[in-house]
Amino acid sequence: MSNLNKEPLLHITKRKEMPFIRTWAVRIGAIIAALIVCAIVTTAMTGLNPFSVFGTMIFGAFGTERKIWILLKELAVLLSVSLALTPAFKMKFWNLGGEGQILMGAWATALCMIYMGDAIPSGLLIIVCLAAAVICGGIWALIPAFFKAKWNTNETLFTLMMNYVAIQLVAYFVIIWEVPKGSGKVGIINQSTMAGWLPYLGTNSYAIVIIFVALVTAAMYIYLKYSKHGYEISVVGESQRTAKYVGIKVDKVIMRTLLLSGAICGFTGWMMVSGIDHTITTTLAGGRGFLGIMVSWLAQFNVVAMIFASLLIVFLSQGAGEISTVFGLNQSFSDILTGIILFFIIGCEFFINYKVHIRKKSGKEEA
Amino acid sequence: MFDLVTFIPRAVMQGMPLLFGCTGETISEKAGSLNLGIPGVMYVGGICGVIGSFLYEQNCPGELNPFLAIFIPMMACILGSLIMGILFSVLTVTLRANQNVVGLAMTTFGVGFGNFFGGSLMKLTGSTVPSIALSRTSAFFSKSLPFAHDLGWFGKIFFSYGFLTYLAIAIAIATSFVLSRTRTGLHLRAVGENPATADAAGINVNRYKYCAICIGCMIAGLGGLFYVMDYASGVWSNDAFGDRGWLAIALVIFTLWKPNIAIFGSILFGGLYILNLFIPGAGMAVKELYKMLPYVVTIIVLVFTSIRKRREDQPPESLGLPYFREDR
Repeated sequence: MSNLNKEPLLHITKRKEMPFIRTWAVRIGAIIAALIVCAIVTTAMTGLNPFSVFGTMIFGAFGTERKIWILLKELAVLLSVSLALTPAFKMKFWNLGGEGQILMGAWATALCMIYMGDAIPSGLLIIVCLAAAVICGGIWALIPAFFKAKWNTNETLFTLMMNYVAIQLVAYFVIIWEVPKGSGKVGIINQSTMAGWLPYLGTNSYAIVIIFVALVTAAMYIYLKYSKHGYEISVVGESQRTAKYVGIKVDKVIMRTLLLSGAICGFTGWMMVSGIDHTITTTLAGGRGFLGIMVSWLAQFNVVAMIFASLLIVFLSQGAGEISTVFGLNQSFSDILTGIILFFIIGCEFFINYKVHIRKKSGKEEA
Repeated sequence: MFDLVTFIPRAVMQGMPLLFGCTGETISEKAGSLNLGIPGVMYVGGICGVIGSFLYEQNCPGELNPFLAIFIPMMACILGSLIMGILFSVLTVTLRANQNVVGLAMTTFGVGFGNFFGGSLMKLTGSTVPSIALSRTSAFFSKSLPFAHDLGWFGKIFFSYGFLTYLAIAIAIATSFVLSRTRTGLHLRAVGENPATADAAGINVNRYKYCAICIGCMIAGLGGLFYVMDYASGVWSNDAFGDRGWLAIALVIFTLWKPNIAIFGSILFGGLYILNLFIPGAGMAVKELYKMLPYVVTIIVLVFTSIRKRREDQPPESLGLPYFREDR
């Protein structure tokens, strides 16, 4: 029993609070370390020197005016999803159903565009689509929230399953709506009339999407930071018991917040169909529901930090896409790089929250 | 007429990858780790098996050694999944990162890894084959018992599968036995229910979590291997594996964390996946609605268990929560 008195080699304690600058120093250090690993992996695959690889990535992301527009568009969409998921996370409600909620919004938009395209003027149609998308996305999030609030049903698994119900529902409608029959694709909706399309500002429709997302970002910042609702969300997230004690109706807050979360996801789906793609596929959300979770987590629910986190992810995927094109590799290369960076950033949180003490060599007692 | 003798073997073939995934996920969830990286792990397991067998076939132009043809892909698959498991456990157990975030990152990474190597393997190895078709090694995987064809419908339903199918069922039964009948299983469940109590009872919480996650990942990875080598006859095509990883996670809930029930559950889910082919008059569109059924059924099970609150049917108490001894 002699080893009972031995001090372990590593001893971990919780930190109180790290100064703001050091917190970010750790995070940026992790990103740099991750980029180095990415460079090594890329070099191993393509046999190029790492600097030219980064050059290619930067060119892929910012190289031409069109590339910058695409980057901004992708940034706007990802940011919008992350913003949607943030209030739910702040409340410690794991909304993994972003994917499904986006799709339901997109589905509702496509539904309205297809069946009402000729009946009502385009301006009105856009508003009808938006309303339908927001309601559908909201309902898709409200269902798990209702069961969570009433019976404490596990929301992580519930929202996850709802994604695939939505995907199959959309798959069903894609086949019903397909043009031409048997192609398995809906094609561009209302191509000739452009009914229900968001108007172009300048040469493309991305600008208006970016403006919308900027507005949502500002609104979300104010909502979380200065509104009564935002305060209630943080109290429920910290401790449900405290929230009950001070008289917050936890059930109501959960359902209301998820309705909002789903509604913004639905709004994102609306933007993608009405403003960007003008069509619907089952892969429309393209994993953004999950990426949004990671962006929101990386930014620690800070709206401003979220802009940079989404920029980082979008930059990586665009840059890695360019590498894949230039070297004839598979497009999924960007997922590998994104994964590596995420692992590093997730791991570095440990060093922000905890402190590692290493045992002194001689038997000296630590102060 | 509904052709049951053709239907059941095909349902079993669809179900087995789910059974591997489900058993692996159950082990890690019983230890309190909600590993949402399972879809990624299954991709990695599949592609590592493919890489192993691809390199073996490339370097061995003549007759293949049956033992090596099975051993190399399996070891590659298990190794790949193990690395993913270690990654998950280091991040969530040692570094106490959030399990959901790590899991989703692993899925992104794993699916990307699978599709990347699936799409670029030929180019990277400088090989001249047009596509990855590992029919030679795959033949060893899908080889059924020799007397299967002599037994008519009975042989077709029970004996017409490759050895991995029987392995899946054996693993599920063994897991179920270990979890509910042995001391190790009791300790493992204690870790998942209440790690602080388990720790006080002298159980090494971290060691149990590490082992459960890594073993779980290795089993789940075999699901990917089964899919490519047996079901798809050694042909890798990107994204063909689809949402089966998530379906495996759904199956865990559907079977209420019991791997022995999962054997039938997986065949049922597999059957729902291909039901449309056997129902006359069902159009292409309705097929997609059938595929929705497993998820809807899972949601119903999830809701019912939470309403009924029977203690045996609940998820492990500390599922998804990190454990830090000094956190009180």
